[in-house]
Amino acid sequence: MILQHHTPSDIQRGRIAYRRKQAIRSVLLAALSTAVLGTLLVVLITGAPGWDRVRASFFDPRIARKYLPAILEGLWLNIRLFVVCAACALALGLLIAILRTLRGPVFFPVRTLATVYTYSFRGLPLIIVIYLFAFGIPGLRLQGTPSVTVLGGAAIVITYGAYLAEVIRSGIESVHPSQVAAARSLGLSYRQAMRHVVLPQAVRRSAPPLLNDTVAMQKDVGLISLAGPIDAIRAAQIGVAQEANFTPYVVAGVLFVLLALPLIGVTDFVTLRAARRQNAGT
Amino acid sequence: MVLSCQDVRKTFGPNVVLDGLSLDVGEHEVVALIGASGSGKSTLLRCVNLLTEIDDGTIRLDGEDITDPRADPDAVRQKIGLVFQSYNLFPHMTVLDNITLAPVRVHRRPVAEAREQAREWLQRVGLADKATAYPDRLSGGQQQRVAIVRALVNSPRLLLLDEVTSALDPELVGEVLTMIRDLKGEGMTMVLATHEMGFARQVADRVAFLDKGKVLEEGPPSRVLGDPAEPRTRQFLARIIEAGRL
Repeated sequence: MILQHHTPSDIQRGRIAYRRKQAIRSVLLAALSTAVLGTLLVVLITGAPGWDRVRASFFDPRIARKYLPAILEGLWLNIRLFVVCAACALALGLLIAILRTLRGPVFFPVRTLATVYTYSFRGLPLIIVIYLFAFGIPGLRLQGTPSVTVLGGAAIVITYGAYLAEVIRSGIESVHPSQVAAARSLGLSYRQAMRHVVLPQAVRRSAPPLLNDTVAMQKDVGLISLAGPIDAIRAAQIGVAQEANFTPYVVAGVLFVLLALPLIGVTDFVTLRAARRQNAGT
Repeated sequence: MVLSCQDVRKTFGPNVVLDGLSLDVGEHEVVALIGASGSGKSTLLRCVNLLTEIDDGTIRLDGEDITDPRADPDAVRQKIGLVFQSYNLFPHMTVLDNITLAPVRVHRRPVAEAREQAREWLQRVGLADKATAYPDRLSGGQQQRVAIVRALVNSPRLLLLDEVTSALDPELVGEVLTMIRDLKGEGMTMVLATHEMGFARQVADRVAFLDKGKVLEEGPPSRVLGDPAEPRTRQFLARIIEAGRL
């Protein structure tokens, strides 16, 4: 269709003017209510009887500057650990999700094991898994036991793999059976239909929840400090102990939030795009 | 005989959908299945393509028993094309990838050759400019034509069409029907379940009226649609005429 020049009628011009006025009103109202709430919060916190002591023990700029380099160095470990763990957990999740959809009597034990795995590791608290791995496995005194960092990372991978497997499996189940019927009618085997038709759609559909779990994983990587390696949280803890001041924790917390922002942004973008595509018709 | 169904029976729970149905389709023959919703037309097509397992009877393709549990269903399906009412294109693939998936993955043909053939087909059906588009950019009629091409590039012995125009807007039905008419001209053996009585009359060599899971009446379209022998057929056609579909 060719867009032709069109002069709006008086009625339409009136509508446009009214909507513009309403829009300006909304912006002013939003700004005002934000300012009121912000002022209230500041007055409430800074006016609290213990504010001076809280400020001294949580927001000391001198201590923040002193421990920032050590915390940043620790954060580098978190970042490396996160990238490796995310990749491994995704691969593990995909594998388990596929194992759970396998059909046929031969695969019964594999299916059962995969099911038991996702059930138990989604229930087990991550802290306990990290303790079991980092302190239990070295206790076996086996030759070639990897470092606690690797063991802690493995605990994170195994715990998150169970969550990601369930997200991918729900994605697989959301692909309509008619897609499989169409693929099989063309002569594709079950495996080919799975690989070329079902899985690509399933992964695309489960991208938003997968990314969301990845955001959660990014901060849970910090729990590795419980096993001993000096990551950002451990470095902050050392600072807290030395200065009897909580500022290093606040510094680490702010750094974790900053680190998560890009991934959260990507998640929001992907979720929005997926929602738009869902609404664009079937 | 390309296709031969003998005493085919299929039940879903307490519902007997196919109740000892028999139907033969010869080489280059076009058979239209008509009948009310639930008379078993779609189920029969799915059974022939082995997407649904039958409970009794025999289905033969070129004389070979394809309902034998030792038969390889993937090999059988490679010889039978099936086109669905709701197109069922793969939404994550371009039109070209939809068409070349089976030639490349199942028949192991070189990608370049498969793409060339797909482009030729698209050219023929007037969709050459849609080759790299995704299905959601196509109208229903265009999607259905792509779905038919997708089935044809496997060079099937038999093409099954399951109410391929039922989901289309009336003005898009024509383009799909023209394509099927051309296929008949080329000698494609086809079984089509349809509600388009006018089209069945034009394109079918034989019309089979399905009722309660059986072929109640079959014969040349002019006789079955013009002067049916069975009261049930007459009743069905009267309702169709009442709905303005004949």
